[in-house]
Amino acid sequence: MAIRINGTDVQAPSDPRVSLLDLLREELHLTGTKKGCNQGACGACTVLVDGERVVSCLALAVQYEGCEITTIEGLSKEGALHPLQEAFVEHDGFQCGYCTPGQICSAIGMAAEAKRGVPSHVTDDLSTDTIVLTHDELRERMSGNLCRCGAYNGIVAAITETFVEAGE
Amino acid sequence: MIPFTYARAANTADAVVHGSAAGAKYLGGGTNLVDLMREGIEHPAGLVDVSGLSRDITETDNGGVLIGAGVKNTALAENRLVRTRFPVLSRAIVAGASGQIRNMATVGGNILQRTRCTYFYDDTGSRCNKREPGQGCDAIDGFNRIHAILGASPSCVATHPSDMCVALAALDAVVHLEGAGGKTRRLPFTDLHLLPEGRPDVETVLEPGELITAVELPAQPMAARSTYRKVRDRSSYAFALVSVAASLEMDGATIGDVRLALGGVAHKPWRAWKAEEVLRSKAATQATFQAAAEAELADAVPLKDNGFKIELAKRTIIAVLGELSGVSA
Ligand SMILES: Cc1cc2nc3c(=O)[nH]c(=O)nc-3n(C[C@H](O)[C@H](O)[C@H](O)COP(=O)(O)OP(=O)(O)OC[C@H]3O[C@@H](n4cnc5c(N)ncnc54)[C@H](O)[C@@H]3O)c2cc1C
Ligand code: SF4
Ligand code: FES
Ligand code: FES
Repeated sequence: MAIRINGTDVQAPSDPRVSLLDLLREELHLTGTKKGCNQGACGACTVLVDGERVVSCLALAVQYEGCEITTIEGLSKEGALHPLQEAFVEHDGFQCGYCTPGQICSAIGMAAEAKRGVPSHVTDDLSTDTIVLTHDELRERMSGNLCRCGAYNGIVAAITETFVEAGE
Repeated sequence: MIPFTYARAANTADAVVHGSAAGAKYLGGGTNLVDLMREGIEHPAGLVDVSGLSRDITETDNGGVLIGAGVKNTALAENRLVRTRFPVLSRAIVAGASGQIRNMATVGGNILQRTRCTYFYDDTGSRCNKREPGQGCDAIDGFNRIHAILGASPSCVATHPSDMCVALAALDAVVHLEGAGGKTRRLPFTDLHLLPEGRPDVETVLEPGELITAVELPAQPMAARSTYRKVRDRSSYAFALVSVAASLEMDGATIGDVRLALGGVAHKPWRAWKAEEVLRSKAATQATFQAAAEAELADAVPLKDNGFKIELAKRTIIAVLGELSGVSA
């Protein structure tokens, strides 16, 4: 069984020690996904697995055979940026850009979770299936992605424009 | 990381066969185990991937819920039955880790995650009885702000870091296990984890190779009125300093029944049996809540840096009982 990465089948590494992050960066040269802490704490390595956001540094690649991985490189369609990528540019959602691929993949997964009704720590009513992505909900749901440049205002603005105001 | 083998278990029987081999360990989402392997603290010879097994959440005949050990933390928190009948469990899960980690973490792995004691993690620089039995404990006289105030021993003062487990302790959860030869057994969740005593390296009553297959929540009608409160150094994405899980049943102005558990205070998720005893059938007043909190923390022993946890635990208990009963100061 292969791992499907951005639409291309890739053989799982024979050494089970290889993390999904190292497979992406070191073997496939998909260096958009970043290594910050390598301990699950910063979110820079976030990718989507079957549409769900995960930290690829704590993921053993062999465990993801049969899964479909989307990285930052897989988001643009026919050369056109994903709307969230456009919004990050528009709203200055970054300074150095190191956390950005993780922020963007995380936000896409986060928006799908909210749409499905997954509650967060700041959701008052647990019986609701309709999550309104307020500023507090967004910050809480994105707390697994740190930005050392402190570009949070731009990040929140970009996510809000793409997933809240656009009504996605 | 030292080399190891990897195998995906086809079913629980297959898992137990492989998991009983010398040096084998089960692998859930890997969010704790992979980290510890990289740090050189865990060094299994083989990983048996059980994350694909038992991913169902089913309603039981009597109104409870059976949760497969492979269920992801997010899937459990978002489950409608859990959200409405056992809100304390959803709240505890979403109070922990990050969205990404909750998508990876399994129920089995969350239960068996290991302490975040910084000396336990410091393989090269610190002494730790949990890592190396008999070596000594650098936390006891070290920087121990995050450490235990209840049930600790001269060998180890570490805490169990899970939020989810605090809710499971309050919900009278039952753990389903499968061991060598297909032998199954059920265990009250509160009997699963051990206090450190002289052997902090032995953290649960699980036998070698024993697999958690599921966690059962018996019906607990009062859990519809339940909640989880976590106090931490930042408002999100930090481990608990102190946390409280509680279910409450009111009978007019009197406390009919109650379940209470504490996190961040002990080597295991701490069921507050003493406080519950004080509360049952008493008038729901601030004085009652205070007496219950005092009773539970009466045996608390502060270390150099964590004395604040005693008062914090009391206040958090009182606040949560106030919130659930509608009786506030
Ligand atoms: C940055 C960060 C922040 C975090 N913050 C929090 C927090 O605030 N609150 C909190 O509660 N947690 C927190 N966590 C911990 C997280 O919840 C755990 O890492 C996670 O729940 C472990 O689940 P897993 O499936 O990934 O376990 P794994 O890492 O796969 O396994 C953990 C242990 O369980 C064993 N195991 C797994 N499944 C079974 C089974 N079915 N039967 C028997 N043994 C089994 C494994 O052998 C291993 O020993 C945090 C983690 C990180 C990395
Ligand atoms: S408190 Fe426990 S885990 Fe921490 S250093 Fe001491 S023995 Fe090790
Ligand atoms: S590199 Fe994976 S979370 Fe930091
Ligand atoms: S833009 Fe520099 S870390 Fe976020």
